Amino acid sequence: MDLFEYQGKQYFARFGIAVSPGGVAESVDEAIKQAEAAKYPVVIKAQVQVGGRGKAGGIKLANNADEVRLHAKNILGMDIKGHVVKRVWVEHASDIAEEYYASFTLDRSAKRHLLMLSAQGGVEIEQVAKVDPTAIVKLHINPIEGLSIETAKRSVVEAKISARAQDGVAAMLVKLYECFTKGDCDLAEINPLILKPNGEVHALDAKVTLDDNAAFRHPEWDEYRATEVLDAREKLAREKGLQYIGLDGSVGIIANGAGLAMSTLDVVNQVGGKAANFLDIGGGANAEVMTAALDVINSDTKVKSIFINIFGGITRGDEVAKGIVEAMKRVELRAPIVIRLDGTNASEGRAILGAAGIDESKLISRPTMLEAARSAVELAGKK
Amino acid sequence: MRSSWRGRNSVAIFVDQNTKVIVQGLTGGQGRFHGLRNRDYGTKVVAGVTPGKAGQDVEGITIYDTVESAVAATGANASFVAVPPKAAPAAILEAARAGVGFVVCITEGVPAQDEARVFATLQRDFPKTRLLGPNCPGIISPGKCNIGITAGEIAASPTSAGPNVGIVSRSGTLTYQALYELKQRGIGVSTCVGIGGDPVPGTSFVDCLAEFQSDPETHAIIMIGEIGGTAEEEAADFITNHVTKPMSAYIAGVTAPAGKKMGHAGAIVSGGKGTAQGKMDALRAAGVKVGLNPTEACELMAKIVSKIS
Repeated sequence: MDLFEYQGKQYFARFGIAVSPGGVAESVDEAIKQAEAAKYPVVIKAQVQVGGRGKAGGIKLANNADEVRLHAKNILGMDIKGHVVKRVWVEHASDIAEEYYASFTLDRSAKRHLLMLSAQGGVEIEQVAKVDPTAIVKLHINPIEGLSIETAKRSVVEAKISARAQDGVAAMLVKLYECFTKGDCDLAEINPLILKPNGEVHALDAKVTLDDNAAFRHPEWDEYRATEVLDAREKLAREKGLQYIGLDGSVGIIANGAGLAMSTLDVVNQVGGKAANFLDIGGGANAEVMTAALDVINSDTKVKSIFINIFGGITRGDEVAKGIVEAMKRVELRAPIVIRLDGTNASEGRAILGAAGIDESKLISRPTMLEAARSAVELAGKK
Repeated sequence: MRSSWRGRNSVAIFVDQNTKVIVQGLTGGQGRFHGLRNRDYGTKVVAGVTPGKAGQDVEGITIYDTVESAVAATGANASFVAVPPKAAPAAILEAARAGVGFVVCITEGVPAQDEARVFATLQRDFPKTRLLGPNCPGIISPGKCNIGITAGEIAASPTSAGPNVGIVSRSGTLTYQALYELKQRGIGVSTCVGIGGDPVPGTSFVDCLAEFQSDPETHAIIMIGEIGGTAEEEAADFITNHVTKPMSAYIAGVTAPAGKKMGHAGAIVSGGKGTAQGKMDALRAAGVKVGLNPTEACELMAKIVSKIS
């Protein structure tokens, strides 16, 4: 789960990482209140999970209530690359002497944590990597050894961070590492990490991605869930406990297993169609799950055909078939189903579907993934 | 240790007909269901482990409190970990501490930080233990041993005359798909390893490719990858330098949008890295025949196999 900047800063603060005093606002009046509390001058920042906010006019400086009113009014509701601004973060404006970059991620190929540190912050790190790769210090950290202040200090020196900022940045790195590990982040990034004229360092921005698998030990993440950007279909799917990602094609997809679901999208694309979604019903799906899946697909008005792609392993073909028959009794579907049923008990499943007497205009069965994809794409194109 | 594949006791990679398996979590829903299915398949499931339930039994399989006591009583050399995500890291390390050489963990939803710590701990303290997973379908050597959730009946046994195919895959259902398609074409499988779709898998493509390359019973290899990470690119490098056996491959997720996790915790295209196209290009450059869907990858394998025989 990606956090908004303000949530990232609040998360950082839990681990003692210094951020500017500020608060979040959903209205102009609230923004003014937050600005008074943070003390002028303030910066008003659009809260969207997309880069290039500044260029789009989503970050503005304000010296008084009138300016806050003007800017907050403009920014709230603004569309930045398809992301509508629902909230602004209002914080005390910082004097900046220097800007650095720091992040922790997991290096999957090394199977170690990776620190990236640079004295060139405030710009896209990918850009720095392209122009001057030597400006980025990379340090692998063994997860069972962790990051000591001494090691952090060495990286800070190596990155040529100004002498007067070195202790502060090293201490910040240790705290950020703790946030990354104990806080179960996939990514914890500060860009820019600033040095103020008075010698203090603090996080001027926050980019945090949380590991969804660790949610069981982080009840405090519930509030982040509430603000997650989901479309109506994704919301419904989450309520029903399904792995669903909305896309913009016309072929609704239901498959068992993440790999097969991905593959189903690919095959639909290969025969000239476009998938409306990714939906993995997981292993051992029953009538309940199938009904829920069809419900979600059915809520998508762009769906013109539904491709159910099941390979029975633990999931049994007869159970899937029973589920579909049951679901079709409960849900009036807007689009025809094309099903490909293979693997464990597939022939029993096909027999159940055949015996249910469902009209061919509502459900057809195809023997292979490719043939089923062709039929589904053809049906989607007809209407 | 390895005998000729023409010999009577043909070998497989990681497990064989002599592998003795304990099931950690045999008294739980998943453990019981799959553990018993594995035994029905013919796998030597010799014990179960559930703390506090020593002395009980599950359909004739004795339960022990600890892996250590189960190993002492049965001589088990492999473990099947089927416990919830919270308990999985400790369960894996308990098996390693008890000297178990091969641990299969099917648990989905283990936090990445835990996986990284478990991997580093195994590497430092228990280098003789190999972990497969977490979040993997397991391993099957058709006719010999099945640990995990694969339905044994969809796998064709290897033939002594060969040629036989080894399968390594990041995805569960696509693994089954490959097993099934090979069976329909009458092609035997030496071993099928599902390494799982998580960010820090205990066993990598490269580990499996190295084993298949030196396994006399494996004559060709199918690899099934997906978007995210660089494991396929690393495999391509390894293939270029070390694999002489013919290969076909499929990479899922050509159409996956960037920044969205496609079900698996490890399947995400981010910062322009981990795309299916990049992986396919790397594999093609390494001489692997790449199919655009699982069926095509298996058709390509059928062609490869027909040339071997």
